Amino acid sequence: MNALLKVRTLGHRYGQRVGCEDVSFDLYPGELLCIVGESGSGKSTLLNTLAAQLAPTSGSVRYRQRDGAWLDVGSLNEADRRRLARQEWGFVTQNPRDGLRLNVSAGANVAERLMALGERHYGRLRNIARGWLERVEIDPARIDDMPADFSGGMQQRLQIARTLVTHPRLVFMDEPTAGLDVSVQARILDLLRRLVHELDLAAVMVTHDLAVARLLAARTMVMQGGRVVETGLTDQILDDPQHPYTQLLVSSVLTT
Amino acid sequence: MYVAVKGGEQAIARSLELLAEARRGDPAVPELELTQIREQLRLGVARVMQEGSLYDEELAALAIRQAAGDMLEAIFLLRAYRTTLPRFGYTLPLETDGMRVRRRVSGTFKDIPGGQVLGPTADYTQRLLDFDTTPPTATTSAEAPLPAEMPRVLDLLEAEALIEPADADSDPEPLDLTREPLTFPADRATRLQNLARGDEGYLLGLAYSTQRGYAESHPFAGEIRMGEVDVCICPEELGFSIEIGSITVTECQMINQFHGGNGVPPQFTRGYGLSMGEGERKAMSMALVDRALRCDELGETAHAPAQDQEFVLSHSDNVEASGFVQHLKLPHYVDFQAELSLLRTLAKQQAADSGEQPLHAAGGLHA
Amino acid sequence: MTPRYNFAFLDEDTKRMLRRALLKAVAIPGCQIPFGSREMPLPYGWGTGGIQVTAALLGPDDVLKVIDQGADDTTNAVNIRRFFARVAGIATTERTAEATLIQTRHRIPETPLREDQILVFQVPEPEPLRTLEARETETRTLHALADYGLMHVKLYEDIARYGRIATSYDYPVLVDGRYLTSPSPIPKFDNPKLDHSPALMLFGAGREKRIYAIPPYTRVESVAFEDHPFDVQQWDERCALCGSGESYLDEVVVDDRGTRMFVCSDTDFCSQRTEAQA
Repeated sequence: MNALLKVRTLGHRYGQRVGCEDVSFDLYPGELLCIVGESGSGKSTLLNTLAAQLAPTSGSVRYRQRDGAWLDVGSLNEADRRRLARQEWGFVTQNPRDGLRLNVSAGANVAERLMALGERHYGRLRNIARGWLERVEIDPARIDDMPADFSGGMQQRLQIARTLVTHPRLVFMDEPTAGLDVSVQARILDLLRRLVHELDLAAVMVTHDLAVARLLAARTMVMQGGRVVETGLTDQILDDPQHPYTQLLVSSVLTT
Repeated sequence: MYVAVKGGEQAIARSLELLAEARRGDPAVPELELTQIREQLRLGVARVMQEGSLYDEELAALAIRQAAGDMLEAIFLLRAYRTTLPRFGYTLPLETDGMRVRRRVSGTFKDIPGGQVLGPTADYTQRLLDFDTTPPTATTSAEAPLPAEMPRVLDLLEAEALIEPADADSDPEPLDLTREPLTFPADRATRLQNLARGDEGYLLGLAYSTQRGYAESHPFAGEIRMGEVDVCICPEELGFSIEIGSITVTECQMINQFHGGNGVPPQFTRGYGLSMGEGERKAMSMALVDRALRCDELGETAHAPAQDQEFVLSHSDNVEASGFVQHLKLPHYVDFQAELSLLRTLAKQQAADSGEQPLHAAGGLHA
Repeated sequence: MTPRYNFAFLDEDTKRMLRRALLKAVAIPGCQIPFGSREMPLPYGWGTGGIQVTAALLGPDDVLKVIDQGADDTTNAVNIRRFFARVAGIATTERTAEATLIQTRHRIPETPLREDQILVFQVPEPEPLRTLEARETETRTLHALADYGLMHVKLYEDIARYGRIATSYDYPVLVDGRYLTSPSPIPKFDNPKLDHSPALMLFGAGREKRIYAIPPYTRVESVAFEDHPFDVQQWDERCALCGSGESYLDEVVVDDRGTRMFVCSDTDFCSQRTEAQA
């Protein structure tokens, strides 16, 4: 099988300070990769560099488009970057308020990406939006309600619907459950696991929580100080962590 | 009467007569002479010159008289006249180092080389209305003349590398905002030009907001100086500069604390303001807003209105603002009619949906 | 004519700058071209953009018509016409058919325009996305990428909330299938007149320093949904003066009991019809 994303010795520096460096991996269609690390480990910098929101200062990210052509993500112009973000990628932010349009209804939030792609039939947009609300376990009767009236968990599920409605091939997720209560977290993780499977999505998710990786990801990368210290099958990492830092993380997961 | 449908031409003519009459006031009272305005309302003249972007005391006085003391209207008149003037060339940058200082104060050092020079300031007046006419006042000459050159307070800090260096030669050639449209992001020279033409009250409010926690920049009035500077041009065919006159300006160099960021170590930073004539409030406000607008360059998080250059620069011009706010007086009845029709349609629709009669069935159009 | 000013007020260099911007605007239909808008002796928001475009186009043989709200005799139209009569000494008219150049605020004349006529619009806000996105840097990017999903979000919200598209004037159009464009605050009733118009349509926004154009015979679509197509205002009444049933009507309140009369907004159109009937 052909990879979707090829990352080679990727790094991003903020002036003299290292955000992340020397990161290499391949991501395959249908695969969910978790990047685990504490805050300051460089995982969010890495995610933003992968998603072309930060320019790499070293190394490369290459992405295989729907038409099979490989794109150098680091040297995309603004037009191509936005086209990619609109047509092939999705990005789920930690705080749903950053990823939602708060001044328009839930339905418009879900339908926006479809309209950006040229859908011009109101009735069809409504039907698709209702279907997606249902899919993320929001009562479709709330289609005309404002996101501000939703709970934090509902807002995050709405953001997921808004992102996945166009069937992106690759989704980036930045701690999508970090700001939520534990019970709400579990429900969203469950939902994500189901949707990733149903839509055959490839995804890169950043989390500080190995338990999240255990639930969702076949493969996990552990980051510390801007570098990848350990990478492998999630089960393997949990059962037999090699790096002292990973061992520390694993022991903290097992005790909670 | 507000005539919008018919008879506009005649109504305008009558309105102009009334305006002329009101402007002149009681004909038994002598008309203000321009020299009176120039001499006795010099700060008003300075503001009109500054925001009108034209240094001409005579024309500014004329504009103030014609505008019956409405400063924004006077600024507008001067600007509209300025547009029609041919552009012979651009002056060299003013050398405020060589200013013939009449006032110079610093809030940062008790004493400075060259001394604190209060000059003509209202700062230490007691604000009591003076009911008597102003008799001519004899001024007292200083025992010694002021030094010919006064070193800059900020240069003293720069010598110690405590403040960011200022390299005037590295400044890009500024854009002429009266000839080119403002685009974003605007560089500092363009921003300063916009602020220099900006409304004093607007800048004052923004500057004040930065002192109240909306983009706190811990300012100190490093140096404020007012006096005369020479204006020089360098005609291409001559190849050397010639002095064409001198003007009064007020300059403010603000010193601001900076905690370091974007690769720059902690040090003092600068905010700059310059105003034609005696315009201290304007120059100081401008300096504070200039510093707030440098947030991107210095890696500061922008969260306050005064740090948002699109917001600040797009709304600073009082001729633009005044025109657009007041254009609401113009007839809008075509648009209003369209909105009325829409509202009536929605009301009818809602009534139909709820099975009730609409409150007013009047109005015959539907969208 | 006032000899102290150049013909049509602006100096020739400024007119050249404006004409360059106009040519660029015509070459890229619907695209907003920044230009070095001058400070005019009329206030911003009162037609300074239209006045500059008109000044750049006027020649001594032109016949100028100025309308505001469809009428030649509204105060601001009178003032602008007086201005050009004073600084250019050109002929003016109230007849649409006689004019070579028509400057307008908020209406397109009912009388069909011809290839040898130019319509100049006064534009308060050239950016159709401005109320949805305040930042110029962002709206310019959206135009560059033809990324207009945001506009449809607004239309979607209208229908979700009101059951219909709730924009009645300044109704956005897509010019030549490419640029989303503000037609200026004309009622949407006038939008169909923009499509394949034989006359050149020029738009000037003085305060915002933008010029744009719809060249003759250009495709102009009013944005809508397939199942909520664009429609225009219609009236149950006819014009009380000329009996027209196909023109845009103004509502006039005639007494304090709420009695209303409907008359043509286009005063020239109305009086032509009244005269023909007499």
